[in-house]
Amino acid sequence: MTAQATTAPVPAKATRARRPRLSRLALHLSILGLIVLWLIPTIGLLVNSIRPSAAVTESGWWTAIFEPSQWTLENYQTVLGQSGIAEAFVNSIIISVPATVIPVLIAAFAAYAFAWMEFPFRNALAVAVVALLVVPLQTTFIPVLRDIFGPNGLGIAGSFLAVWLAHTAYGLPFAVFLLRNYMAELPREIFESAAIDGASPVTSFLRLALPMSVPAIAALAIFQFLFVWNDLLVAFVYIGAVRPENLPLTVVIANLVNSLGGGWQLLGAAAFISMALPLIVFFALQRYFVRGIVGGSVKG
Amino acid sequence: MDERVLLMIAVCIAVPAALIGYIILTEMVLRPIPDRLKPKFRPWLWLAPALLFLLIFLVYPTIGTLIRSFQDQTGLELVGLDNYVWFFTTPSTVAALKNNVIWIVALPLMCVGLGLAIAVLVDRVRYESAAKSMIFLPLAISMVAASVIWRFMFEYQPTGEAQTGTLNAVAGVVGAGPFPWLTIESFSFNTILLVVVMGWMWTGFCMIILSAALKGINPELLEAARVDGATEWQVFRRITFPLLLPTITVVATTIVIIALKTFDIVYVMTNGLYDTEVIANRMIKEMFTNGNFGRASAIAMILLLAIIPIMALNIRRFQAQEAIR
Amino acid sequence: MNTVERSPWWRAGILLAAVALVVAACGAGATPSPSPSPGASTAPPPSPGESMATDDLTGQEVTVIGAWGGSEQEAFLEMVKPWEEETGATVKYTGTRDLNTVLTTGVASGVLPDLAGLPGPGQMAQWASSLVDLGGVLDVATYESETAAPLVELGMVDGKLVGVFIKSAVKGLIWYNPSVTPISSPPTTWDDLQAVIDENAAGAQAGWCLGIESGAATGWAATDWVEDLVLRQSGPDVYNQWWAGEIKWTSPEIRQAFEAYGEIVSDSYGGPDAVATTNFEVAGDPLFASPPGCSVFHQASFITGLGGFKEATAGTDYDFFPFPDINSQYSGAVEGAGDLFGMFHDTPAARSLMAYLVTAAAQDIWVEIGGALSANKNATSYPDDISRRSAEILTNSEIFVFDASDLMPSAMNAAFWAGITRYTQNPDQLDSILTELDGIQADAYSQ
Repeated sequence: MTAQATTAPVPAKATRARRPRLSRLALHLSILGLIVLWLIPTIGLLVNSIRPSAAVTESGWWTAIFEPSQWTLENYQTVLGQSGIAEAFVNSIIISVPATVIPVLIAAFAAYAFAWMEFPFRNALAVAVVALLVVPLQTTFIPVLRDIFGPNGLGIAGSFLAVWLAHTAYGLPFAVFLLRNYMAELPREIFESAAIDGASPVTSFLRLALPMSVPAIAALAIFQFLFVWNDLLVAFVYIGAVRPENLPLTVVIANLVNSLGGGWQLLGAAAFISMALPLIVFFALQRYFVRGIVGGSVKG
Repeated sequence: MDERVLLMIAVCIAVPAALIGYIILTEMVLRPIPDRLKPKFRPWLWLAPALLFLLIFLVYPTIGTLIRSFQDQTGLELVGLDNYVWFFTTPSTVAALKNNVIWIVALPLMCVGLGLAIAVLVDRVRYESAAKSMIFLPLAISMVAASVIWRFMFEYQPTGEAQTGTLNAVAGVVGAGPFPWLTIESFSFNTILLVVVMGWMWTGFCMIILSAALKGINPELLEAARVDGATEWQVFRRITFPLLLPTITVVATTIVIIALKTFDIVYVMTNGLYDTEVIANRMIKEMFTNGNFGRASAIAMILLLAIIPIMALNIRRFQAQEAIR
Repeated sequence: MNTVERSPWWRAGILLAAVALVVAACGAGATPSPSPSPGASTAPPPSPGESMATDDLTGQEVTVIGAWGGSEQEAFLEMVKPWEEETGATVKYTGTRDLNTVLTTGVASGVLPDLAGLPGPGQMAQWASSLVDLGGVLDVATYESETAAPLVELGMVDGKLVGVFIKSAVKGLIWYNPSVTPISSPPTTWDDLQAVIDENAAGAQAGWCLGIESGAATGWAATDWVEDLVLRQSGPDVYNQWWAGEIKWTSPEIRQAFEAYGEIVSDSYGGPDAVATTNFEVAGDPLFASPPGCSVFHQASFITGLGGFKEATAGTDYDFFPFPDINSQYSGAVEGAGDLFGMFHDTPAARSLMAYLVTAAAQDIWVEIGGALSANKNATSYPDDISRRSAEILTNSEIFVFDASDLMPSAMNAAFWAGITRYTQNPDQLDSILTELDGIQADAYSQ
């Protein structure tokens, strides 16, 4: 599957035998303990999502684990039976994929420039970009909608394009931050030797920096995908009033609950349905978190 | 298939192709320029797409926010620093500020500390992928669902009734409680609980980035130290940790900013009741509930000012990072 | 250089292909669900209004944003269905809990839906210049004759009708379980009510059921209590001065109401901690528990669609009586609330829909589905006796006031929620809470 695996040594196996058995046990126990602690809240939601809503308010979720008679898929049926949920799911994908690909690529250009090119105020500018992370998105809604997406600007409010552009911009500060840091850690020698061989910066970027940054890019892609996937407000503000047929899954899910809060029991089932795709993306990209991509290429 | 999906796939192929094309094009644009001057112009061409997006969608609105922060509610009159004075002299906003201090200390401690520990620990076991997925899971949960999850955790029933909340059930097993968790203001206990909820979600974020960085460390370095007889702790302390430090700075900075901007978990769980208010939630209230854009803008600018020290730290880190490579 | 040769683009390609596969799978597997409502099939098609008969709006769309989700969204869509069939136009409704954010942004930037639910009279007044004058849209004479006068008035800003109530509710009903709390005749005075509770002391663990948790809006259920008390103790004049910011929170009338509420809390099931942390939806459930948790429960008419009430049978498991008089001078006073609707774009389809929504025919559809009362007197298809009786309270009220906290400036409203929540747990802090509310009053009304 991966070329990297063959070029990189796998030290974990080599050292495993040396460590005393007791500390191995402690290692496993502490990892398992953390996992259990981390999973309990989610398991609670999962169990409650397959219980009738009346039971949820009467007894704790743990009482139902060993009582399969309580289990029902009613909540899932209700959620999946919402009108427009399939369209909204497709919309979510249409919004999320370009809104992940575009900022990651644009950020990679900028990160490479910040990491490996010399120009005045380079670090100050890089920090200024990162500082934009703190801008509350809510303060940008009105100017952006009024002057850029609205009828006085490009007139694209309501379209997917508007959300792609907005999410690209909102995702950039963190993307640049993460990739700049990762690229700056790459060994200087390989870029120098590439330059001596006559490689242009474009070649160095496409052939060296980008492939060697795959773990960081994979991590970034996961996060950006997740933020966009779970976003409700940005999509609603830029799409909602004009073309509600383009709204994502999060909006349909939030609408399961009425204005007084009734129907919140459905949110558990909805959460697991909407989580499925981000988890697939996570598993698909997790294989790139492997050791030795950098080391392998240096030696290669 | 749905034509919109075709559009998306076209965009995903065409846009990266166009962007790569752009980068290749930059060299062509630079061709007539003397070699000596190329490095002067090249970085700006590489930065242009990112800077363009940032200027339009973040910088331009922020300039508006800055101007607005000196105006009154209606936006008709200049009020000088009144909105800032209001922020620092109103007991409720000062209380929110106090809670934010707790947030920016406790959240990075939990997320970065646990994230680093988990990343290093799971690096040594075969079920690493599975373990990381479990810790990552909460990040994939939307804020609305998270609020439902923690409602089940914090639920309170009167003494004597069967407890339906996980925490009170556990407390009951050891003969304590029940406690109305989120209303306990002493020692900012409820704020800490909210930090834990947020930490539960974001530890996976830190873990993944740190884990990716960990994979970037040349294994031969670690192996050489082990061969020299270093203990695992010494290897971590002397080699792994210093090499991870730039990445730790990145995640810590990000988490500090997230802590500073925290609002949704507070909004859905308590909306600032029981002395759990935070400034970002207050900003949103001023902006969208009270319609006071002047005050909301001032709070947004205070957020921007608050990160200057953290950014200064990052500049130093950037310089240190470049000095050693 | 094996690694370096690898282009990352095929990796992106894999992700893309995976996503496309998922899309394809979902597209094929999803089944559209036309959720037919039993109410709609039996309801006669509404008599088309004038505007409906003359307009052919085939292919036109009306975008609508509101706060309604879940069952409310379904009811609303059911309500507009006959209009869609009649005119050939489509309603595109989206519900959101961020109505304030979306509309504030929309008004400031000019990107707005055609029609929208409005968060409250305060925001409506702020946005009046963006809202279309409904005087030329509705059949005003009919609207005024069919609708309770105070509700018509609440939709006016500077003499311009900009908001109408699509649904409404009666606040301050007292609910009980007839098998737990036998009531021969509804208590009409506060003392009578107290006597009922005292008589039943052995039958339930506490006098009252009370729960004020409501997520981001925690405290509103308690503000309803205080409002009901102010209205019956001190009358509508004081009530109206109070929400208008003309009397102080520390004034004896308001303090008296807070203290009376404090007494309710101390006789509530589970005590202050339970009151503060119990969601208002399930707060009345101890009425149906065994042993019963309380004798009586105070909540608005919409509680019948929530919590344990949803499963229980109206009339046998639960019943209600109106809030009793405290000062006989103000007998027959009623507090109501409702959801406002306004129009941002003056298109033919939007006009037609708006005119349709307030008609008795349209209102009857939602009323019949349940969960809502109509501001329209001629909408009477209530599904059961309980909702019919609560609607009658609304239409027959001698003194009608609107929910005071909804009428206060938003900052005051939020402070009221927070203050009453704090008082619930800390009755000893009443002085400082009221003084603080006075401070916010001075700030919030001056703007």
